[in-house]
Amino acid sequence: MADVLDRPDVRSSPVADAKTRLKIIDCDIHPSLNSRAEIGAFLSKRWQDHLKTYGDHLRVPFTSTTPYPRSSPLICRRDAWPPNGRLPGSDLPFMRLQHLDPLNVEFGILQVLDLFIFSQQNLEFGAAIQRAINEWQLECWCKPEPRLRASILVGQDNTEAAVAEIERCAVTGKYIQVNVSPRANEPLGRRRYWPIYEAAQAAGLPLGIHVGGYGGHAPTGGGWPSYYNEEHHTNAHSVAAALTSLVIEGVPERFPKLKFVFIEGGFGWVPAITWRMDKHWQHFRDEVPHVKRPPSQYVREHFWFTTQPIEEPDNAHHLRAVIEWIGIDRLLFSSDYPHWDYDDARFAFKTPLTDAERLKIFNTNARAVYTFN
Amino acid sequence: MARHVVATTSEIPPGGNKVVTVSGREIVVFHVNGEFFALLNRCPHEGAPRAKAACVAHLRSDEPGQYRRSRVGEMLRCAWHGWEFDMRTGQSYFDPQRLRVRSYPVAIEVGEDLAKGPYVAETFPVTVEQSYVLIEV
Repeated sequence: MADVLDRPDVRSSPVADAKTRLKIIDCDIHPSLNSRAEIGAFLSKRWQDHLKTYGDHLRVPFTSTTPYPRSSPLICRRDAWPPNGRLPGSDLPFMRLQHLDPLNVEFGILQVLDLFIFSQQNLEFGAAIQRAINEWQLECWCKPEPRLRASILVGQDNTEAAVAEIERCAVTGKYIQVNVSPRANEPLGRRRYWPIYEAAQAAGLPLGIHVGGYGGHAPTGGGWPSYYNEEHHTNAHSVAAALTSLVIEGVPERFPKLKFVFIEGGFGWVPAITWRMDKHWQHFRDEVPHVKRPPSQYVREHFWFTTQPIEEPDNAHHLRAVIEWIGIDRLLFSSDYPHWDYDDARFAFKTPLTDAERLKIFNTNARAVYTFN
Repeated sequence: MARHVVATTSEIPPGGNKVVTVSGREIVVFHVNGEFFALLNRCPHEGAPRAKAACVAHLRSDEPGQYRRSRVGEMLRCAWHGWEFDMRTGQSYFDPQRLRVRSYPVAIEVGEDLAKGPYVAETFPVTVEQSYVLIEV
């Protein structure tokens, strides 16, 4: 391995010639509210007052932070604080300057985590703010910045309101996917959530499942972790559990046109879990007759995985093997801007990729999942 | 290696830094506890700007509950993934066998000792009252 990475002359570096480089589709950009008051414009008087007076209630004891404080303020890159004093991710001109322009982002898909609507205990309030967040994305981000695409956020435990919101938003033609959390009250494959999948399929929209939240359960099967270091791995565990639930409960069999994108859950675990699902399916398939084909086939046809935070094996060539096992068509580049574990498209992949492979991961695979009008 | 004047000593406050471009390279000069250190302004991991790193202390612990801070401000904690580097050597404390940031020798000389010529000093007036920070690239 090279001991010293002395970057080349800045005049000829990728930073300087963005226009000649590959255009990327970034499947995970986090816009933020600069303050909760900012969402007031999209809420009725009643819910504005409610937010001010009672705040929001999630299924964990903390409402303005997480049980596992992150490694940097607001989970963000230390250089992502705009000079004008606004919060990271809340200032569109600074996002353009720091991320969209230098990285040559052709399209960026918004994933909103503010006021974590997926786990709101007050279901009526949850319905009001999911609508407000969905409007805010269009008004404050997509309208002024045509490269950005909004997601329809729905709290899946209020299934009826979720379906109504999907239908309300889908007819506008302005949203690119439906967002749910991998940590709901029950595993994602359970039938109580099927109306959401039915609505997403009917709207022709993929289901984007971004990690995070606390659905009222410990984030690991074994209980509550002790450290952030330990808890951070649950991104992968919880998404793996969601994948297993969706496949074994028969969701892709029942909704054959529905596409799923797991966002920020890693992908190194995908080959092992599909091998294991296939093995068990061969032994116990009569228990789950609704799973008609080997689980790996559903995974290969219905599921995609975003790349950040990129897996970093000691031997970079091992990453290549994992990518081949999953299938290079299944990976979608994501940066997670402006969060601390951001991946820079220019440097994140330490394994050699051909130009054709880079084009797939950084651009055309996303076009196979999403419709960019 | 050529020597380049990049700043006056009073221009970079203690705990602060200045980013300069020398021979096509972006280099960041830190001022810590009266000393100056120059490093490439890119993290070798994923390219984060080194100038935005947090300047932290070297922390040692012999047993749980006991810790000692030393060399306060001399360790750089990267703005993105939190990898730590020794400002003095560029040595990574995350993966010392494989990574270190390119660092450059730094010198301080008073203005009157500097010969005119190839130095990159166009934005700094030469006055004998102030000392200049030079780096070798």
